[in-house]
Amino acid sequence: MLQDLINASPLSVLSLLSVICIVVDALTPKSERLTFMFAGFSMLASMVFACATFWAHGTAFQGMINVGGYASFFDVVFCLAGILTLFAARPYILRENIEHDEFYSLTLFAVAGMSVIAHANNLLMTFIGIEIMSVCFYVLAGYFRTNERSIESALKYFLLGAFATGFLVFGMSFIYGSTGSLDYNVIREHVQSGALHFPRLLALGTGLIVIGLGFKVAVVPFHQWVPDVYEGSPTVVTSFMSTAGKAASLCALIPLVGIVVPQGNHGQLQGALAVLSALTMVVGNVTAVVQTNVKRMLAYSSVAHAGYLLIGFVAMNERGSSGILFYAVAYMFMQMGAFVVVSILESSNNGRLELSDYAGLSRQHPVLAALMALFMFSLAGIPPMAGFFGKYTLFIAAVEAGYTWLTIVAVISSMISVYFYIGLVVLMYFKDPVAEVAESGEGGTAGLTLFVCTTFVLVLGLFPSLLSSLTSHVLH
Amino acid sequence: MGMSSLFATLLLPLLGAIAILLTRREQVSIIRNTSLGISIVTFLASIPLFFAFDRTNPGFQFIVDVPWIASLDIGFRLGLDGMSLLLVLLTTFMMPIAIYSSFEAISKREKEYYMMLLFLQFGMAGTFMAMDTFLFYTFWELILIPMYFLIGIWGGQDRVYAAVKFFLYTVVGSLLMLVAIVWLGYYAQQNGHGFTASFLKLQTIAPTIPTEISKWMFLAFALSFCIKVPLFPFHTWLPDAHVQAPTAGSVILAGILLKLGTYGLIRFNLDLFPEASRMFAPFICTLAVIGIIYGALVAMVQTDVKKLVAYSSVSHLGFVVLGIFSMTEEGVQGAIIQMVNHGLSTGMLFLCVGVIYERRHTRDIAEFGGITNVMPRFAVLFAIAMFASVGLPGLNGFVGEFLTLVGAFQSVVLHNWGYAIFSATGVIFAAVYLLWMFQRVMFGTNDNPKNQMLTDVNAREMWTLIPLVVFIVWIGVFPKTFMDISSASSKLVVEKALGMAPSVHAKGVSSSPEH
Repeated sequence: MLQDLINASPLSVLSLLSVICIVVDALTPKSERLTFMFAGFSMLASMVFACATFWAHGTAFQGMINVGGYASFFDVVFCLAGILTLFAARPYILRENIEHDEFYSLTLFAVAGMSVIAHANNLLMTFIGIEIMSVCFYVLAGYFRTNERSIESALKYFLLGAFATGFLVFGMSFIYGSTGSLDYNVIREHVQSGALHFPRLLALGTGLIVIGLGFKVAVVPFHQWVPDVYEGSPTVVTSFMSTAGKAASLCALIPLVGIVVPQGNHGQLQGALAVLSALTMVVGNVTAVVQTNVKRMLAYSSVAHAGYLLIGFVAMNERGSSGILFYAVAYMFMQMGAFVVVSILESSNNGRLELSDYAGLSRQHPVLAALMALFMFSLAGIPPMAGFFGKYTLFIAAVEAGYTWLTIVAVISSMISVYFYIGLVVLMYFKDPVAEVAESGEGGTAGLTLFVCTTFVLVLGLFPSLLSSLTSHVLH
Repeated sequence: MGMSSLFATLLLPLLGAIAILLTRREQVSIIRNTSLGISIVTFLASIPLFFAFDRTNPGFQFIVDVPWIASLDIGFRLGLDGMSLLLVLLTTFMMPIAIYSSFEAISKREKEYYMMLLFLQFGMAGTFMAMDTFLFYTFWELILIPMYFLIGIWGGQDRVYAAVKFFLYTVVGSLLMLVAIVWLGYYAQQNGHGFTASFLKLQTIAPTIPTEISKWMFLAFALSFCIKVPLFPFHTWLPDAHVQAPTAGSVILAGILLKLGTYGLIRFNLDLFPEASRMFAPFICTLAVIGIIYGALVAMVQTDVKKLVAYSSVSHLGFVVLGIFSMTEEGVQGAIIQMVNHGLSTGMLFLCVGVIYERRHTRDIAEFGGITNVMPRFAVLFAIAMFASVGLPGLNGFVGEFLTLVGAFQSVVLHNWGYAIFSATGVIFAAVYLLWMFQRVMFGTNDNPKNQMLTDVNAREMWTLIPLVVFIVWIGVFPKTFMDISSASSKLVVEKALGMAPSVHAKGVSSSPEH
């Protein structure tokens, strides 16, 4: 038992401290600063433990969870995302006057949920992780307690999310019915030996799980909730949901797809995923072109990026999986960077969120405009930013798997995406400001988040092997 | 010596851009002088390349190979052959001129402006030096960003439209090239060489690609490069970009950027896909001939001097493409020297247009007339640029056009005199539109009161134009200095493309003269 706790230290530390955090929060009134620090240190501690257990491998708690490698990798990613979110969020929620101390505990809990997903070696654990994370997101999305848009988005997210959870559980139960187990290793054995009760039940179950997770990841046609929820939620929460949240849901999909698909017979699922991926990229990018609100534009762009990430699942080869990990991390930094810039510029009551408000930004905020331009170029996949190498790897994976047509669709939709990413840069640099707007709040600690995001976008773009060697190690 | 010179040529502009980043924006004169100084030092640093280069060796020299992303065999691979050396020298030569020409014309956000110019130089030099498909693509895209800002921030009235159009056209082309680059690497992997981006490895692997695939690869690369050249019918972004760009932007665009396209056609299309090149040569040459004549005819009816010069670029680059796809030694040699020539003479024409634009803030031909009387020194310089562009014997333009036409006549692949005959009319048209423009702007009576007080070129403008005159005459009289550099490389390219080199199997050379 103790050994298990130690082996799974990143997860156990995170779970324990998030419970303590909420107790501390309840016992000490007006303790925002304390909870902020506590949550930050908890994630930092978990990161340290994750690094320490990185080279471990095996399972713990009767095979319920995995330790080391893949799980530790994602622990680091999620904790980093959480810390960056905390730094970006503090000045934002202070300015918006919505600082209640649960914000930090909820973020911490969400990260704990993601960590459970990363460690899961059992369908049940995956499900628990997804639920912990989602419930935190439902609450965080409605964090503007007096703002109708925010509450509407929370409610919408909750209802549709609950619906998607139904699909997920249903799918899991079918897989259980077919293989008689929820344990990934057992399921893998059954699939490989062909000892299935109702082979079609397995396919059906997989399909339902793909739908359920497709909803979380925002894959077309399960993406309709995204623009409204992303627009209505506080910007820092949107940033967190659309990066770490998406990465966590993908993280749940990676082992499932790898296990459920029998060797050498992955035609059907592969084909279905290819269609979903193509649809997601095209619909996401085309719809983003016509948006006038910057949060909605980024929301659709995040849909499109889910499509690029799905290319890795379609390829189902080693390069594909490594590409997913790389791109998920690269995407996290560039998308979070873009949202944080938006959150710094935003004025209270959803002001200053139209694209036209960004006209002439380079005069008023040269640094923010330059960073935003950098993130836009990276999202558009222009070298030498991180986004480019991610796409490059995924394209190679797809070509290797014989999906050249999907690569071409991806390239064409990238061309479309260049139009709106560059459109924002045009506004910031080439247009004159419409009117002198009152200065919005100082960046404060959000500057730190931007600094980290920028550094990673550039370093991962210039020296991608730093991360790609890690991702290929994780997958062995 | 060559190696350190190569590094200096590539990296000095980047260091310069970083140095300017650290200055305060009010220190305008420091910023200007730093960037000019850096670009001149870069030019001086590139001169040893010229002397250290072994003219008898057709392959790459000064090779640098530093691993970058080992898992995909991507490396920081640099090198120069005869063709790329000439273009790198053209780049380092044109940049100080472009920078110096902006000293008075650019009066806003100087810090960003000079940073962009130096960054652009870094990208262009890198593209010409890259011997790795991934690195090439990275530099290729890197160029887009500064050029986009140069047009969009410091351009004319419709600068935003022109900048976005420029960006979108180029990105569309280059993303298809990316697919082809990925596919090339994958093909190498399938054939047991492992995934690779190394150009040298691909050179030996690519000719074995079956025709039905290599023709698609050829088209993906060709589309990207033809947009950049630009070849008719992909030329529509060019007049917009040229007219809106600031003078230095136009000089760089015409002088160097367009050459990236023609360079790519030789480096990738001709070298990697010889069979597909032979297959598509008549088609591409037809487009080139249409471009030569169409560009000339459209230039003839322009009322804006800058637009006229822009369309003349479409026409002149048609010759370059024709020379390349004639697939003869003369043709390719002519194309390479014509790239340099066009850079010099059209760059100079744009500088001259800039000179009168800065004085009158209009480029409408009808606004001018009789300028010779008030600006005699300018008249001489403008005339030299114009005659160089027309292709007057004794100046540089003649050499390149003559060789490309000879190449087109002799071409085994085209096997038709029509190409040469039709494109020769382009030379005549060029004389018509340029002389007519010169006559309307410079001669006649100076009856517009606004033109009567114009001052002649000042010392700074002289300094930007005279160096160009030197090389225009030099190449015109004694082209051998420069042609010697590229002759071995272009000979090798042609031999490989025609299937004569031992490494390439010779099937598919069906269009022989007796045929």
